[in-house]
Amino acid sequence: MGKTPKEYNKMLRESSPPSQSAKTLPMAFLVGGLICVVGQALTDWYGSLGLTKDEAGAWCSVTLVLLSVVTTGLGWYQKLARKAGAGTLVPITGFANAMSSPAIEFKSEGFVLGLAAKLFVIAGPVVVYGTVASILYGLVLVIFGLA
Amino acid sequence: MQALLPYLYAFLVGGALCLIGQILIDRTALTPARILSGYVVAGVLLGALGWYQPLIDFAGAGATVPLTGFGSLLARGVREAVAEKGLLGVLTGGLTEGAAGIAAAIFFSVLAALVFRSRDQS
Amino acid sequence: MAIRIGAGTIRLEKPVAIAATAAVGSRMEKEGPLGAEFDRLVEDSSFGEKSWEKAETKMQTLAIELALQKGNTTAEQVDVMLGGDLLNQCIASAYAVREQGRPFLGLYGACSTMAESLTLASLLVESGAARKALAVTSSHFCSSERQFRFPLDYGGVRTPTAQHTATAAGAALVGMAGPITVREVCIGRVVDLGVTDMNNMGAAMAPAAWDTLRQYFTDTGTSPADYDKIITGDLAQVGSDLLVRLAAEENCDLRPRYTDCGLMLYEREKQQVDAGASGCGCSAAVMCAHFLPAMQQGKYRNILFMATGALMSPTACQQGESIPGIAHLLHLTAKGGTN
Repeated sequence: MGKTPKEYNKMLRESSPPSQSAKTLPMAFLVGGLICVVGQALTDWYGSLGLTKDEAGAWCSVTLVLLSVVTTGLGWYQKLARKAGAGTLVPITGFANAMSSPAIEFKSEGFVLGLAAKLFVIAGPVVVYGTVASILYGLVLVIFGLA
Repeated sequence: MQALLPYLYAFLVGGALCLIGQILIDRTALTPARILSGYVVAGVLLGALGWYQPLIDFAGAGATVPLTGFGSLLARGVREAVAEKGLLGVLTGGLTEGAAGIAAAIFFSVLAALVFRSRDQS
Repeated sequence: MAIRIGAGTIRLEKPVAIAATAAVGSRMEKEGPLGAEFDRLVEDSSFGEKSWEKAETKMQTLAIELALQKGNTTAEQVDVMLGGDLLNQCIASAYAVREQGRPFLGLYGACSTMAESLTLASLLVESGAARKALAVTSSHFCSSERQFRFPLDYGGVRTPTAQHTATAAGAALVGMAGPITVREVCIGRVVDLGVTDMNNMGAAMAPAAWDTLRQYFTDTGTSPADYDKIITGDLAQVGSDLLVRLAAEENCDLRPRYTDCGLMLYEREKQQVDAGASGCGCSAAVMCAHFLPAMQQGKYRNILFMATGALMSPTACQQGESIPGIAHLLHLTAKGGTN
């Protein structure tokens, strides 16, 4: 083949259709924004029940996680995600979808090595790097006596 | 009208955070898992610098529901735990604060796996 | 005996024929433009099985049984079965032939497997090593997604260059007599021009497709105009475009004769399959459901079938490797066809 990878890469870019950002960007904004509005409504509602701000926030997260897991199981979350892109990826509902979908998918390989072992196959990095970053932050606080 | 403003702010800020994610997907070769990890780490960083709390005060769920909010939660947990327990707080603070979301996701996912089965989405 | 006529091409001297073919698909394939031409369509893509791997096995079993039936042949009369699929350790094929009790060669050529299995089956028959051989290939959207990409319920994002793995299987019975004759086969080389995007398989395969096609034209001294159709496996929109451009750069105009199975199996816009179909079941089913029967009916007499494979491994890709491509070609003629 006479072509170098570099020349081919240029050709490839010309032949590959770009993402239809005119469609994907508004959808991500709209759906992501609406999920946050649902979150705000839930937080306000829990607050009206007499919960503190922190408690209401935590219950809001738990409720959104539950909604995401149920819609994932029903096959709706994936359908919405095809249109919404990052709009369903970035909210905490995306995190819950990333955990429930492998649990459902890999159940066929058993409850231990399938369901449980694969639970974190997509969401694991979020927990890992979130925790690592928070520990590094904590170390900075301790070392410099900021806390 | 005034009562609806928090919802508008939540919509705009939450939507904007998702929009940034979509731009990263469309314009870069970053995979979703990398973008999400980046969001959480960015949230921890912004939380540590004290820049995320004002956003939460302004937009409420618009700032807490996206994964950057989860990151800032971890940062706040560590800060409070270090103040209370010192060095041990470095380890316990983050996951303790994020425990509700993570534990809920684990538990509901296990339940979902018992109830639902994988389906052809094509 | 078969004779080598160049660096890649082997000419079959004794008559080798494709005696019967069968194609099996599911709902998406039924709703596609070729739906009416499949031998069997099972709407429920689980095929009534408990796992997607079992579903694919069932689908491949159906294809084998239908091809044998259409060729008035029993499994005992088949001296060797050659099969492959996309799953790790080629399990769909291994379990599908488990019940057949026949000598078996498991093949992995990614989406090039139908051409690979047909090539080897033809050579075995030509050499007298087998009187009848069966080539079978399958892919399943669900078993592929969960192995190569994400769980089915995961809200992942698909890029416009991504392809949809066909839920389809094709089987072809190769013997010494039949309506379609295998004239030459051309075994391709692994070609890799550094494509790393797992969502752009067509681009990874196109250089291999052109490499094999150019080799075949050189070896035989022929050009695209000598054939009724030049059919690639699953380059889909991006890969097809690149193949035509690669050929055009070397003053070879493929366009008047060229078509791609990945662009034929679905209606791309309506069925939302992005760049088109992929998977080794794609070319297997399009050939066995459409082109080979059409040759029997005299619609085409002289075709080149070239299945393309992206030899992609998630492990290697995560380690930073690029995706190697491969393509194998068969020259097929129907009665009255020339060479």
